[in-house]
Amino acid sequence: MNDAGTLALAALGLPLCAFVLLAVVAPLRRAGKAAGALGIAAIGGALVAALVLWRSGQGVELAWSWLPAEGGPMATVGILVDPVAAVMLVLVALVSFLVQLYSLGYLEHETGPALGRYYAYHSLFAVSMIGLVLAGNFLQMFIFWELVGLCSYLLIGFWYDKPEAARAAVKAFWTTKVGDLGFIIGIVLLWGRAGTFTFSELFKMAGDGTLAPDGLGLVMFLIYLGAVGKSAQFPLHVWLPDAMEGPTPVSALIHAATMVAAGVYLVTRAYPLFLLTPDVLALIGWVGAFTALLAAVLGLVQADIKRVLAYSTVSQLGYMMAALGAGALGAGFFHLLTHGLFKALLFLGAGAVIHAVGTNDVWRMGRLGGAMPQTAIVFLVGTLALAGIWPLAGFFSKDAVLAGVWEGGLTVPFLMLALTVFLTAFYMFRVVFLVFFGAGRAEGHPHDPPVSMSLPLWTLAGLTVGVGGYFALRGGGQEGHGPGWIPWVSSALAVAGIVCAWVTYQKQAVSAETLARIFAPLYTAAQRKFWLDDFYGAVYRGGFLALSRLVGWVDRYLVDGLVNWASAWTLRVGDRLRRIQTGRAQDYLYGVAFGLLLVIVWSYWP
Amino acid sequence: MGLQPYLLLAACLFAIGLFGVLTRRNAIGILLGIELMLNAVNVNLVAFARYAADPAGLIFALFTISITVAEVALGLAIVILIFRVRRTVEADRLDLLKG
Repeated sequence: MNDAGTLALAALGLPLCAFVLLAVVAPLRRAGKAAGALGIAAIGGALVAALVLWRSGQGVELAWSWLPAEGGPMATVGILVDPVAAVMLVLVALVSFLVQLYSLGYLEHETGPALGRYYAYHSLFAVSMIGLVLAGNFLQMFIFWELVGLCSYLLIGFWYDKPEAARAAVKAFWTTKVGDLGFIIGIVLLWGRAGTFTFSELFKMAGDGTLAPDGLGLVMFLIYLGAVGKSAQFPLHVWLPDAMEGPTPVSALIHAATMVAAGVYLVTRAYPLFLLTPDVLALIGWVGAFTALLAAVLGLVQADIKRVLAYSTVSQLGYMMAALGAGALGAGFFHLLTHGLFKALLFLGAGAVIHAVGTNDVWRMGRLGGAMPQTAIVFLVGTLALAGIWPLAGFFSKDAVLAGVWEGGLTVPFLMLALTVFLTAFYMFRVVFLVFFGAGRAEGHPHDPPVSMSLPLWTLAGLTVGVGGYFALRGGGQEGHGPGWIPWVSSALAVAGIVCAWVTYQKQAVSAETLARIFAPLYTAAQRKFWLDDFYGAVYRGGFLALSRLVGWVDRYLVDGLVNWASAWTLRVGDRLRRIQTGRAQDYLYGVAFGLLLVIVWSYWP
Repeated sequence: MGLQPYLLLAACLFAIGLFGVLTRRNAIGILLGIELMLNAVNVNLVAFARYAADPAGLIFALFTISITVAEVALGLAIVILIFRVRRTVEADRLDLLKG
């Protein structure tokens, strides 16, 4: 085992140790702050390991055999570090570290046990996510994939005594399960064709054409379903906005930067396989672009600041998927990384605002820019990056995505994404104007957050500017080979969005009500979330519940009925038979004599 | 005289004893019935011993007689104890053998 392997195992092992310690040693967990310190120290160590691994640029593939079978093990467990995994590892460890640090300030009013539980979950999440990133085969990836889903469920439902939070946790769990079902079936089908779960072997087979392409489309589509659920693509995106019931740092970590990007990471990981199935890739592109547009429209009408950000996340995940579908692998992954930074920043900034004001409703905030200058600045940085303004990180990745989609020949998805650029700038600056400037007035005395919360904010803001600046100095993004007009068009659209938001919400030259009236059908539809939730609810009630009632009836009255009937008759017959046991010795002797007589008669029967 | 009359006598004795055991209401009567059944066995043993010219049967019979004495002594002691506790030795009332 070389250095890179040791480093990767350290990054995986440190949070695992923290989790096991927190899970097993109850006094430590109940101590709260000490548990937090342990979690932060562990993920800090993992971050250092990840950084060293990334800078060293070493790749490594380790595998130990697992599931022994005739003719070699059926599966292996192992670690695969390549440039993609290394940089993703850095992102995961960095955001986890910053979010855990931030949570110390954000959740300062929680009780010790609750805080300890929070950090135990967070450490488990760090293990799972790092394991997912480092997984060298599909099976291992699926296991960690489910583990991050579990952590997501646990952390959304962190305030489990709140009914909405509990319901949102269950909804998130089940909705992603729909996709995961496809994922596991896809993995098994793929195994059936190739006989291996390991990425490197599969890619080799894909490369030299030994993997039969016919019928592979279904397999890859099923695997893509897993990504649809996890990365909140249409039509399984409904869980992500509800997941905002969890604490804000959780939303920043799991539902913005890392876990929801796992779907994109999966497609990136399995890209050589997806390349064999162009139809599925095209589907990924179309669904991604449609998701981006749909979520952006939904984001326009939300009053909850976190829900705006959630729909924005769905929308940006759509961007990444669209880029992957169009064949721009680097662009999609690049957008994943920059989005991870600035969306975590936005969520943490929103958390600082919520922490100060005590509400999620943007209409009950206003003019916070004066009271919370630091938060306002970092939030503005994140918003500009999300809108795609030069020279912030989002500008380069978004242009790379747009260029990639254009080059990939997906014209209609390109138009959808371009429209989304405008909408993104509009809905984000709507929030900015309403919260930090605007006419409203927040209650109480809001103030900037303590240093444990502001430090992660500034770090992420610095990175967002720094990454953007790096590419600005280098002159363009990673895949800046698209047509030259794309950056201008996207910037113009973004600026147009900002101006529209300014006119509507700052100058109030056009009232929001008028806009709502002009776009009345769209507005109503967006308010109702395009009836998707209603539709799922109806399908659930009308389909699944009816079916379960039927099955329940069969179980209760046919299956159970048979068993109950048998037991009732046994009881009744037993009650009758009981009478022959009189307790008198003579009656028993009658029995013996009669039995003896029977034996004699039977043995002498002709 | 052959074996058959002895065996018939023993069978009669046994049947009478069994009848007594099954029908007597008095516990002492039941014990007497048991004695009759045991003696029927003894008659059989002696008859077969004579018939086969084998003294083993006689020795068995002697054993049976002595064991019967012990059994009767024990049985009567139990009957007396039951009488002391329940003031009756009527077999119909002695229904304590329920599970």
